[in-house]
Amino acid sequence: MIYLYFAAGIGLTVALQMVQAPRKRLAIGALLAAILLLGPLVNGNDATLNVLADAGIYIVLALGLNVVVGYAGLLDLGYAAFFAIGAYAYALLASPQLGIHLPFWAILFIAAALASLFGIVLGAPTLRLHGDYLAIVTLGFGEIVPQVFQNLTKLTGGPNGIAALDFPTFFGRSFGQGSMPYYYVSLGAIALTLLLVRNLRDSRLGRAWMAIREDELAAKHVGINTTAVKLAAFALGASFSGLGGVIFAAKLSLVSPDLFQFQLSVLIVSMLVLGGMGNIAGVVVGALVLTFVNGVLLPQANTMAAAVHLNVDFGQYHFLIYGAILVGIMLFRPGGLLPNRQRSEELTNPQAGTS
Amino acid sequence: MALLELHCISKRFGRVSALAGVSFAVERGELLAVIGPNGAGKSTIFNAITGIYAPDAGSIEFDGARIDGRPTYQIAVAGIARTFQNVRLFTFMPAIDNVMAGEHARLRSNLFASLLHVPGERREEARARERARELLAFVGLERVRNVEAGSLDYGSQRRLEIARALASRPQLLLLDEPAAGMNPREKASLRDLLQAIRARGVTQMLVEHDMSLVMSASERIVVLDRGEKIAQGPPAQIRADRRVIEAYLGAGA
Amino acid sequence: MHQFLAQLVNGISLGGIYALIALGYTMVYGIVELINFAHGDVYTLGSFFALTILAALGVTGEVHGPMLVADIAIAALGAALLCGIVGLLIERLAYRRLRDAPRLAPLITAIGVSFILENVMQVWKGPSPVQFPSLIPNPTLSLGALDVNVKQLVIVGLAVATMFALQVFVARTRLGKAMRATAQDRDAAQLMGINVNATIALTFLIGGALAGIAGFVSGVYYQSTWFFNGFGAGLKAFTAAVMGGIGNLAGAMLGGFAIGIIESFSTWLIGGQWSNVVVFAILILVLVFRPSGLLGESRPTKV
Repeated sequence: MIYLYFAAGIGLTVALQMVQAPRKRLAIGALLAAILLLGPLVNGNDATLNVLADAGIYIVLALGLNVVVGYAGLLDLGYAAFFAIGAYAYALLASPQLGIHLPFWAILFIAAALASLFGIVLGAPTLRLHGDYLAIVTLGFGEIVPQVFQNLTKLTGGPNGIAALDFPTFFGRSFGQGSMPYYYVSLGAIALTLLLVRNLRDSRLGRAWMAIREDELAAKHVGINTTAVKLAAFALGASFSGLGGVIFAAKLSLVSPDLFQFQLSVLIVSMLVLGGMGNIAGVVVGALVLTFVNGVLLPQANTMAAAVHLNVDFGQYHFLIYGAILVGIMLFRPGGLLPNRQRSEELTNPQAGTS
Repeated sequence: MALLELHCISKRFGRVSALAGVSFAVERGELLAVIGPNGAGKSTIFNAITGIYAPDAGSIEFDGARIDGRPTYQIAVAGIARTFQNVRLFTFMPAIDNVMAGEHARLRSNLFASLLHVPGERREEARARERARELLAFVGLERVRNVEAGSLDYGSQRRLEIARALASRPQLLLLDEPAAGMNPREKASLRDLLQAIRARGVTQMLVEHDMSLVMSASERIVVLDRGEKIAQGPPAQIRADRRVIEAYLGAGA
Repeated sequence: MHQFLAQLVNGISLGGIYALIALGYTMVYGIVELINFAHGDVYTLGSFFALTILAALGVTGEVHGPMLVADIAIAALGAALLCGIVGLLIERLAYRRLRDAPRLAPLITAIGVSFILENVMQVWKGPSPVQFPSLIPNPTLSLGALDVNVKQLVIVGLAVATMFALQVFVARTRLGKAMRATAQDRDAAQLMGINVNATIALTFLIGGALAGIAGFVSGVYYQSTWFFNGFGAGLKAFTAAVMGGIGNLAGAMLGGFAIGIIESFSTWLIGGQWSNVVVFAILILVLVFRPSGLLGESRPTKV
């Protein structure tokens, strides 16, 4: 059943990318929506829905990072930090830890705002650095945040984190232990994110981002305040990550620092690289493929290996796979699986894209 | 009061003095050309005006307000646009998007309007697209509006850059060697375009090597040599000026 | 006072390791403008290689007498050689093609290589820290209020000696000049007849070798090694390289010592769990306020 979901998700997204005719696209979209909305009512396997909810959260993150990296061209290697901020916001505002119990829906907004605030604080002094250095600075931030959460033991529970987070409620009914409500919440988050990101892409701001990527000097000469525009991308991206963090924490009912390490930031970057930076459909596909590999393929491979008495744990090869994907894609298909024409040119052609 | 006034502008790069005490003004509505042998400091003047760097000494006033030292984007918003010596288009964006990007300073939609695609933003986008089409038509590129900028031929790219510059509805347009690499027919077309721009009320300042274009298109000429202004005046006067002739050593068309 | 000096010595020793790694970072960045993310992992590889070599030599604890020198030489040179080759291979297979691509591409590739190396090492020696033989006996020399351990002297001496050797190599030899020329203007260097590919390969070889030596030294000093060491050490060494001015060899060395001292003191004064935060905060501050480093090489930007 889970294979069907992923196949439908990936296949129909690719189809949306390829097909131009509006009526056909509507049909594809409707089909996809039908499968996603009605599927769980037909077969509500909890483990499946859990993986799918995770996939949904990753899609939101990937779309958010796409705004920063794909649209504005800023390499952020510390995206997990904002995810952590969102997650810990939920853990602190909806658990016995501080005795505060704000509603889940309110915290979604609070965390998004908080994350974007941190995005502005980090971005304001650093966005004028060029490519490599900005990447390292964001990496540094990505290291500092979980470490701080780990160190402030009294507040954040230290290395053990905070557990027993509140269940969200919807019109009085608690989400309970099951994964289905989180599945639908993450679908809603995806829909919202898709809408906002698509609006941005086709707007004055989206053009400004593209202009900066193409030729920052010329962009300044048409009146684009490049610092402010980059900051907007950074803060927006951070807010999506924070949003995802809240859903993640609520679903897991637990947060701890080891969940938000550099590997997570790289995972999201890998999703963009694999799927196609700058391309909404590509990014979604990248997220789905990698979540599928992590959540379905590798565990399945382990089960099969155990069945033939092969003592291998495929789970420990995560990073080899990400690494191979990053290297392979960069060498052979830098635009990703579903490249965005402009972006893939920039990644291969040294003349394009000046800073 | 002149539209643009340069007072005693000096600029050094390391030990090289690119500009030394250059002063002149650009009057509203005119087409002023800045000429001089290579290394005279012509591009440096443009770069100083648009804020790529601040002059070491002196001041630049635009429409009565000082602009030297201000960031480039603010100067653009204030009403100065430019084209570049090496065409700097947004290569992989379609021509019309290039021009729409040029309108950035004149559009109002902020972050939230963009995020939510409110009706006001949609209307503004539609109007921006209309204006961009008009400008493309003005420079004769209407038919290639959806072609990627980088795919256009050289002459078209230059005209596109001018369209993009005009998109911000500048009071002053700086053109950095717009005729470079053009054949005679393209140059004649360019001259017509410059006149058409003038008819629209845009003041223009031109850095150019092609003397026939300079002599026929401009009303006034400023001559720089090794960072200093050595002459200024109408074309006929400049043509006969001994210092100018010496500076060029008889070279130049 | 005694504690202060002890921490200082501690920091300098730690800094020596960082210095060796930082030299590799700064050399590579100077010549191809790439942050070789995988460099930290080559350092860890160095300790793994050294461990394997020592095991093959039958070393399990301390060694005394002339065998000690031989063992050190074999392990150190072996690690250096193997890591140099690894550096070479990485450049050839992963980076060379992307040399002219916009900086995003090689940086992402470097991260990918780093991940691959880390995973390989994790599978090789396991996910937990591994014991490393002590090798060098541990007498402590007392110099007044200062207690210095032989290993610490060895590390510092090695770092300083290496840096001087490198300086001489870069300044005096033909290959060194080729490296400097390529770093300044690759096309011009090529037109002058310099084999740019070989020069860049040589840089990666040297960088890798230095990391390998650092890995061996670190294994001996801490008597343990761990597949994930390279990540943190690499970042800190990179901080050191940036602090000293990227491309500046002396700066990388001094930066390495500085970071080592800072880490040592912050561990002592505010606790080990904050030392990473301190170092990374310094990284951010340096990059924001003085990206050309404290001893920087100023590179004027052209319009």
